[in-house]
Amino acid sequence: MKRAFLWLVLLPVFAIGCAASSVSPEESPRTFDTGIDPGGWALVPAGEFLMGLHGHAMMVDYDYEIMITTVTNAQYATYLNEALAAGVIKIVDNQVIGYYPGDEFHGYRHEEEIAAGDWPHVLLDDPGLRLRYAGKAFNPLKGYENRPMVQVTWFGAKSYCEFFGGRLPTEVEWEKAARGVDGRPFPWGYEIQPENANFYSSHDLFEKIVGKLGDTTPVGFYNGNNYDGFQTIDSPSPYGLYDMAGNVWQWTGDIYQGAHYRYMRGGSKADYGYNLRVWTRNNSHPDYVSPNVGFRCVRSPGD
Amino acid sequence: MLTKRFRFLFQSTKGLVLVAIAMISLISALWGMLSGPMVEWGVTDAVIKLTGMDLSPTEREGRIILLYHTIAVAVVAIEVYLITGTLPMRDHQRSMINGTITVGYLTTMIFGLWFGYFGHNFVFHGLYLFGLSLVFFAGILLTIALWPLREEYYVKDPAYAHTRRGVDLERLAFFTMAVTTLGSALFGAVTGSFWGNGHEAFLAEDLIREPHKTALQLAIIGHLHIMLTLIGVAITLLIGRWFDFKGPLHKIAMPFMIIGTVVITLGAWAVVPIEEIAHWIIYGGSVFVLMAGLFLVIFAWRKLIRDGLAERGIQKGNFVQGLKALLRDPLRFGSTWQMVFMNFNVSFVGIFVAVKLDEIFRVWPARDERVILTGHWHVLSAIIASIILMYYADLAGLKGRARQVFGWVLIIASDVAFGSATVFEMKRLFVSEAEQQPIVNWTMLLIEIGLASVLIVLAAFMIWRLVDLFKRKGRWATELAEEGLDTPTKLPISLTTPLGSSPTTEAEVQS
Repeated sequence: MKRAFLWLVLLPVFAIGCAASSVSPEESPRTFDTGIDPGGWALVPAGEFLMGLHGHAMMVDYDYEIMITTVTNAQYATYLNEALAAGVIKIVDNQVIGYYPGDEFHGYRHEEEIAAGDWPHVLLDDPGLRLRYAGKAFNPLKGYENRPMVQVTWFGAKSYCEFFGGRLPTEVEWEKAARGVDGRPFPWGYEIQPENANFYSSHDLFEKIVGKLGDTTPVGFYNGNNYDGFQTIDSPSPYGLYDMAGNVWQWTGDIYQGAHYRYMRGGSKADYGYNLRVWTRNNSHPDYVSPNVGFRCVRSPGD
Repeated sequence: MLTKRFRFLFQSTKGLVLVAIAMISLISALWGMLSGPMVEWGVTDAVIKLTGMDLSPTEREGRIILLYHTIAVAVVAIEVYLITGTLPMRDHQRSMINGTITVGYLTTMIFGLWFGYFGHNFVFHGLYLFGLSLVFFAGILLTIALWPLREEYYVKDPAYAHTRRGVDLERLAFFTMAVTTLGSALFGAVTGSFWGNGHEAFLAEDLIREPHKTALQLAIIGHLHIMLTLIGVAITLLIGRWFDFKGPLHKIAMPFMIIGTVVITLGAWAVVPIEEIAHWIIYGGSVFVLMAGLFLVIFAWRKLIRDGLAERGIQKGNFVQGLKALLRDPLRFGSTWQMVFMNFNVSFVGIFVAVKLDEIFRVWPARDERVILTGHWHVLSAIIASIILMYYADLAGLKGRARQVFGWVLIIASDVAFGSATVFEMKRLFVSEAEQQPIVNWTMLLIEIGLASVLIVLAAFMIWRLVDLFKRKGRWATELAEEGLDTPTKLPISLTTPLGSSPTTEAEVQS
């Protein structure tokens, strides 16, 4: 009797544990055309806005444009092919690498030197990567074309933006673009619902709570459309940007004196909702890759 | 009869501890539904709707600070009750201290949570601060009561640590802990008074990797670390009293505890002016405190084995007999085992992270490092809580099979949860973010099973005591009489140590 009871307790534990799986891509992922153009840019006009948790006034005295969505796998594959042809990047030891001129090193406590040289952009054998390189060209995996590019280092993100004449947004630019000028905590307003964004346990179509890490949603997914019965709420930022909260963290371009870390904003599909508040920061070594980290670019108007 | 029950709950040591544990349990049960898997299961939304909580996203940090304080002051109150119930002091001092801190922590708790979660009337915030001030004032009264240089408190039995003059070094250790706690509370309070005037609410874990922190931020970081440490020092000293810690190890442990407490505290305060070397001061102090804890554990385990063997009429037992004797009482064994287990989850993890910080941990994303930080102090807090529960379960007269079940579930389930939490914290050492999900699922599941089991036995224990209160001559009446409070004319507690000695013999444990 005792043994039976023990098995009754342990069986569900084993079952749930065994339901776990890795992040290997699905063979036939569900695809949705969100109708949001990942090639689009939005203008953020110059002016003051309220920044951070405590809403300190911050002035941005210039206009800039920022991508409406994060960079997609399809866009990044195109870039890799063009950049490889142009000699901006190269493939060594199953890694896409590229030159970085290095950071100014100040020798602060905990500061690491980021020296000039070749740094990794993308690790081609990483299971979380949704691109494949077949020896001639890069291609996004089928069904992942309009998902965010992930598993990309800060160097890889920076290189993409600069290759097309842009740059990574500063944290100030990113936050202003995300929340506008009224101090709201989320791009769409003051509260977060599961239909606003892809976050941990938001019950979207690409998430199973137990057993899977979940997957990214196509860029611009939360635009009010109904996807196979999953009704989203149109959740753009005040300037019309999508996915400024959740789905993937986004690299920003700042380099701070005394620290080698690069900062990310926006929260991801792996974070609880409160981490999607626009002032929440994450950071890492610039060569870090993750299935939860992507990026978008900014540029000067008219570029 | 209602008056007697009221007197039991709000004047007797055991009743006061029971009320505080009940309050913490209620808060943990309700507020525990606002995070973790409760969010996934939709429980959080239901609780918010049912209670009318206002969880504005912009105020989360402030709310959490209020919540931490309300729970922390209740834990401090429990320790104060146990100190006033264990150490000799004047009757009027005991009743003044207990009365003041009771009003203090309840005021803090009620109005802090009301302000944080149910509306922002600043009168409530003022009352919350008033409650904290009362707790502080009770601390001053306690410090005065613990003054060790009064001759009547000098040790009579040379087996206890003492100076040549006879000053009780254990009492001095309690006194030192009380003084350093007051100073460390002020350290946070002074900084908190700058709120809205240069100081803004923040969670310490959000500041990691910031190369430049303000003095006010550093002060808060120092404050929260040292307060938890001193709560740990206090419970270690109390467990020592429970075991009647004495002899050669006591004579080494008490000076170590005094030195360690002072050095760690100074190190935590030094974080503001000399952050670079403050950690080394803290490490130095920690060695002394940990050694004192180790000596207590050695003494306690020897005592458990010796007493256990003696009860069976065995003079010198073999390994198995010794182990049986050691494990015969899960409450007494568990209280010291948790101190040992704490090293695997907190001390060793902390040392490893510190040693390998730049090489390993600062290569990870900040969010992973943040998980370690929040995880390790949650575990430390929970371990302290489990030790308090074991001590109180003994005081409350839990015996026989119930004692065995309560004790062993508390030990095993909590250690499964804490161990799994440690694996979860450190998962990046052996699995990448892209491949972590199986380990996340397993550890989360074990954490939930462990914590749920602890909560179930705690709930059963609390229901037992609640039901007892409805009995005309329940345990509460006996405990009231034991402390000399069964008649209203008596001053509470006329003897030096109102808490009766706990069962030490097999017959007492099993009866």
